[in-house]
Amino acid sequence: MSSNDPWLHTPPRESAIFDKHTIAEIHRAAATGIYDIRGFGAKRKLPHFDDLLFLGASISRYPLEGYREKCGTDVTLGTRHAKKPITLKIPVTIAGMSFGSLSAPAKEALGRGASAVGTSTTTGDGGMTAEEREHSSLLVYQVLPSRYGMEPDQLRKADAIEVVVGQGAKPGGGGMLLGQKISDRVAAMRTLPKGIDQRSACRHPDWTGPDDLAIKIEELREITEWEKPVYVKVGAARPYYDTALAVKAGADVVVLDGMQGGTAATQEVFIEHLGIPTLAAIRPAVKALQELGMHRKVQLIVSGGIRSGADMAKALALGADAVSIGTAALIALGDNHPHWQEEYRKLRTTAGCYDDWHEGRDPAGITTQDPVLTRRLDPVLAGKRLANFLSVLTLECQTIARANGKSHVHNLEPEDLVALTVEASAMAGVPLAGTDWIPGHACAR
Amino acid sequence: MAHQPLAAAHAGEPIRNTTLDLAHMSVREVNRLLHAASQGDFLIKNPRGLHAVVAGLDGELNVRIDGHVGYYCAGMNKRASVTINGNAGTGVAENIMSGRVHVKGDVSQSAGATGCGGLLIIDGNASARCGISMRGLDIVVKGSVGHMSAFMAQAGNLVVLGDAGDALGDSIYEARLYLRGKVKSLGSDCVMKNMREEHKTSLRKLLDAAGLGGTVDVSEFRRYGSARSLYNFHISNLGSY
Repeated sequence: MSSNDPWLHTPPRESAIFDKHTIAEIHRAAATGIYDIRGFGAKRKLPHFDDLLFLGASISRYPLEGYREKCGTDVTLGTRHAKKPITLKIPVTIAGMSFGSLSAPAKEALGRGASAVGTSTTTGDGGMTAEEREHSSLLVYQVLPSRYGMEPDQLRKADAIEVVVGQGAKPGGGGMLLGQKISDRVAAMRTLPKGIDQRSACRHPDWTGPDDLAIKIEELREITEWEKPVYVKVGAARPYYDTALAVKAGADVVVLDGMQGGTAATQEVFIEHLGIPTLAAIRPAVKALQELGMHRKVQLIVSGGIRSGADMAKALALGADAVSIGTAALIALGDNHPHWQEEYRKLRTTAGCYDDWHEGRDPAGITTQDPVLTRRLDPVLAGKRLANFLSVLTLECQTIARANGKSHVHNLEPEDLVALTVEASAMAGVPLAGTDWIPGHACAR
Repeated sequence: MAHQPLAAAHAGEPIRNTTLDLAHMSVREVNRLLHAASQGDFLIKNPRGLHAVVAGLDGELNVRIDGHVGYYCAGMNKRASVTINGNAGTGVAENIMSGRVHVKGDVSQSAGATGCGGLLIIDGNASARCGISMRGLDIVVKGSVGHMSAFMAQAGNLVVLGDAGDALGDSIYEARLYLRGKVKSLGSDCVMKNMREEHKTSLRKLLDAAGLGGTVDVSEFRRYGSARSLYNFHISNLGSY
């Protein structure tokens, strides 16, 4: 027996607590003295829609024919107060993303893709660009804490208004557009010098609580003749109370963004450690709406980690009226595509992992203002890709709905679902698969 | 107290020299009528602290409001001239684009918030966050302003004849602040700057526009603005955040 015999040495064992990523982050922090900033959403493993399953039909449930029988997908938003509610052909919308964080062709592509399949897109910090208004048949105008680019004429041109209180990636946090992404046009739209870091405030400048919010919404309605649906967007933190307060403040629509929701630039510690998962947020929000007699009267849009028609169907079954996508939409445009692998390598990353959206060096021309990179994105082609993706989401959702015997995707219900884990069962309020047990609930048959 | 029938506005007829009484009309009715008007003189009576009064105007209108108004009076104003013979609540002239809003009394917090242009004159005092995130608006306050005034102010001018509370100009960008009285404290990255002749000229114009021409000596003012040291995030500035 020699000391070189391999079986005498235990193989290297990675610590579950100090794993490679954690150790690398400690080294990075020690070398730089500053926290990590990145884009994308939460990357850690979280309870999510994958932890739920649909039961499908059986003797007691009658399915619809998969390819023949009608399964509706339309949703009307703003029926509570707006004179002109908007109707989406499919219950999936494009979340707010700013021109500045995204290139002009990317914004145009989002509008083209959404419009092609009859749904809406949303502005972001910096206001409305001519390109996105021109190419978005339905455009939601965000009223953000920063009010960058906020103009009453743009408010009037919008089809709906979204008062942004928070974002799932960073509930309680503002935004940051780093100087390298501040082109002449972005600077002019935001009334700030070129090249400086633009901080987006975390609090609105002219209201501070739910009573004020009600008055703010009243003002927005007055300015727009009470025509447009007013959404209130919250990051998933206290969804039961935030939903109830948004309803009390007069919202037509509540947008609930879970912690998996993406961001253009935020501290990693914020993305991974604040807010609650989308899965855990939906039922408390729906409960608040139901208790107020407002479920389906005030519509609920859920976002944060929606990737497929299955995710969409599960969110609807838990009580949402529609879902919203941001990260998945950018991926559909071409973000993180293997086509750019060589360039991702130069940025010390790899296709599928690129998240330095704040640096403005996106090889795909989406999260950048660099004129050379921006020209790489063909808005027509990218818009077509997005339209395809939205169509697939819808077809998948319909397939699941028909299998559960539903003639409209809104007829999906919690009773169609079971959970694979105790955690998901407790969060979603559906039984653990094969049991009638929901943690925290009395047993029922 | 007759007021012109609303039907006139619907018919597209010009509306001039009209008295609108909020004791008998709703804010919605008054705003709808004013939104439909492109010009004219209007007197609004009995505002009784109501919110969003004359919000969203866009026309060559002269509006006088006799009494106190609530939140967001003259919010997002364009071109119109609005005079409030009373006090105003939170967010008077918020996000104003152009025109002129004159408050004869005191105002609550966030006066002129995010305003892009035009002139806001406050004869009395302004509460906290006056001129917060202003983006080109000019504000003249004849009294004093509360804490966090001109917070993150991006562009425009804030003139204060009285004093300023804590953290004046915190995180300020390119807005200019002219103060005659005392400053309780300056916010992050806000510093006193030289008052050059160009600034005195600019200040004179602002005072003239506010009806104070010849009554106030510009040499009594100090100028404040951004040190621009926090414009780009740097680790050495951590103590300033």
